[in-house]
Order: sequence, then structure tokens, then C-alpha cells
Amino acid sequence: MTDLEQRLANLPDAGPALDLDRLQAELARRASRAGLLDVAYASADSPLGKLTVFVTRRGLVRMAYENEPDDLLLEELAEGVSPRLLRDPRRTDAARSELEEYFEGHRRSFDLPIDWSLVHGFAVGVLQATARVPFGEVTSYGEMAAEAGSPRAARAAGNALGSNPIPIVVPCHRVLHADGGLGGYSGGLDRKRFLLHLEGTLPASGR
Amino acid sequence: MAGPRNVQYSVRLPPFQSLVDAHAGELHRFLVACVGYPDAEDCLQETFLSALRAYPRLERAENLRGWLYLIAHRKATDAIRRRQRHPLSDLDGVPPERLAVPATRLADDGLWGAVRRLPSKQRAALVHRFVFDLAYRDVAARMGVSEEAARQNVSAGLRRLRLEVSR
Repeated sequence: MTDLEQRLANLPDAGPALDLDRLQAELARRASRAGLLDVAYASADSPLGKLTVFVTRRGLVRMAYENEPDDLLLEELAEGVSPRLLRDPRRTDAARSELEEYFEGHRRSFDLPIDWSLVHGFAVGVLQATARVPFGEVTSYGEMAAEAGSPRAARAAGNALGSNPIPIVVPCHRVLHADGGLGGYSGGLDRKRFLLHLEGTLPASGR
Repeated sequence: MAGPRNVQYSVRLPPFQSLVDAHAGELHRFLVACVGYPDAEDCLQETFLSALRAYPRLERAENLRGWLYLIAHRKATDAIRRRQRHPLSDLDGVPPERLAVPATRLADDGLWGAVRRLPSKQRAALVHRFVFDLAYRDVAARMGVSEEAARQNVSAGLRRLRLEVSR
């Protein structure tokens, strides 16, 4: 290597290091203003662990407990909604503060608009019916199936609820077995118990 | 909502955030070599914004890294041209907190000044080859040119630099 090549290889790094947080915040701000940001996301702390919240211009499109790995989540959103996706705490502020109020017991229903882009087929009817079940009440898989127009499709309703992309806000935790058993929960039954307890509807058996 | 929602993409594009996370650091280094501080950071912003604008229309996703380098190269070239056109307006529009940062002198300033005055392809080729220590095949991939063209740009760039720095 010649002397000149050696000097080129020694790129001086005396300057300020790249401030990644500033880059990220500025990029999200400018992308948002230029209409180039389709999906913004950020995480929030909650009594149920870290929650990751995804919003579009239409509303809340996805929420995930920490048992879902970030890279798979981002890929799901890139493919199912749009690859124009950036981390942007600012755009998710409203969603995160409503969640905080809910967990503090100051909020019984969410004002967040919902973006149903990730819900398809039979699940649309089931989850939209679920979204109407109010705080403090519970219902059954069969009732949700009936609301979606197929009274005998309790099992299919269970599957639809299991794939709910927006837990908590679309309150699939309020759907129980007709006999009072807890049924399932994609975030784990402990979280379902916690939410029902918070809302004062945990069945005595607590199964 | 505007935008390409629920479109079946012919290529599977990774979430844009993953490109930022994976490549911001190396692109910044590339831009520091091409344009110096603090322009490198502005160029990096512009690079990602332009990339985000074009992103959903991309027809190939095999070499997204090379694609980002091409955009960064264009942004660096634009910034250098602007500099040459308006050499005295460097501080226009620079936020005050930036001015508080002492101007960063690069060690070996003369050499880097000369690098900045090279034709843009020669400059990019030299940075890929020597700052990043890439083989010609990889220089070519980053620049979207043939390996032969990458070699020619590197040797032409070196020749010009030698003339400039020996003067």
C-alpha cells in the first residue's frame, strides 16, 4: 500500500460521533411532514411489561406484548401495511397516554381510532363485535360468533380472537368460555387474569 | 389514507427502520469522508428521506445497501456543488447549537480537501476502496458500476490526488 493509500485508509474520526437519536427524531419528523411515514411505532412500559404500539394515519393498527420479537413484528407490519415504517415516539404519544390512563384505572374506554388493516375475513366481524364489549362486562366465544353472523362458529371465533392484532384496546380478554372458564389468550393467561381483575370481572374460579 | 396500503408488492421490502438501524453508521462514515462535518449528518438525513420516498416503488431488494450508497453518493455530490457555489454562506441556516460546536478540523485536512475536489465517482470509489477497505468487486456493487469501471475510477482518483498533494 502506498503512502497515499495509507493516509486515505486513516479516515480521521476526530469529529463528533453520529447522534443516532437526533437522526431518528429528525428523520421521523420530516418523513411524517412529507407524508412518507405510513407506520410509526414506539414502545411503552405497562404493568404487563413492554408494549409496542403501531399507528397509521387511520389509527391504532397493532399492539404487541413483549413476547413477540421486534424483528418479526416489524416484518409483519412492513408486509401487511407498508414498509414505510419508522420508530417515532411522538406519533404514538396519544395511544401510549390512553394506555397509561387505562392501567391507572382512569379510563374505561379508548378514544383511539382503530385501523383494521391487519384483520381479514371472518375475524373482522368477530373483532369488531369484541370492540363493542364494554369495560366491566364479559361475553362468550359463541356470542361473538353469533354477532359475526355464525352462531355455531365458536371455535372459529376463538381463532379470530387468538389472532387479535390489537389486544387490550380490542378487548379480547373480555371473551370467556360459556361455562365461565377463562379460555385462551395470546399474551398468556396471566395477562388475561390481570386485565379482568383490573376491570373487576375476573370470575371467582379464575380458571 | 394515501399511500400504498394492502398492495401486493412484487418484492418483499424489509421495514425501513431496519435499514436505518443497519446502515446509518456506515453511511455516515462514508459521508464524512466525502463531505466532512457537519454536512455529513445533513446528507445522511437527505439520503434516508429520498430513499423512503422511492422505497415502495423499488423493483428489486437484493442490494438495498448498494442502493443507499448510491443515494448517499448523489447527496454528497449535491452538497459539494452547493458548497462550491455558495462558499460564504456556510453558516446560513445553521442552528445556533451547531455553531457552539467548535469547527472540526480533520487531521490530514489538505488531503481530504483534495478528495472533496475530485470528480464524484472517483471520490466515492476511493472512499469505498481505502476507507472501507473493500475489494473492487464490492466497490463496484456499492457504486452500481462494473468492476472494471470501479478500478478505473480508483486509479484515476489516485493519480489526480497524487498530483494535487505533491504540489
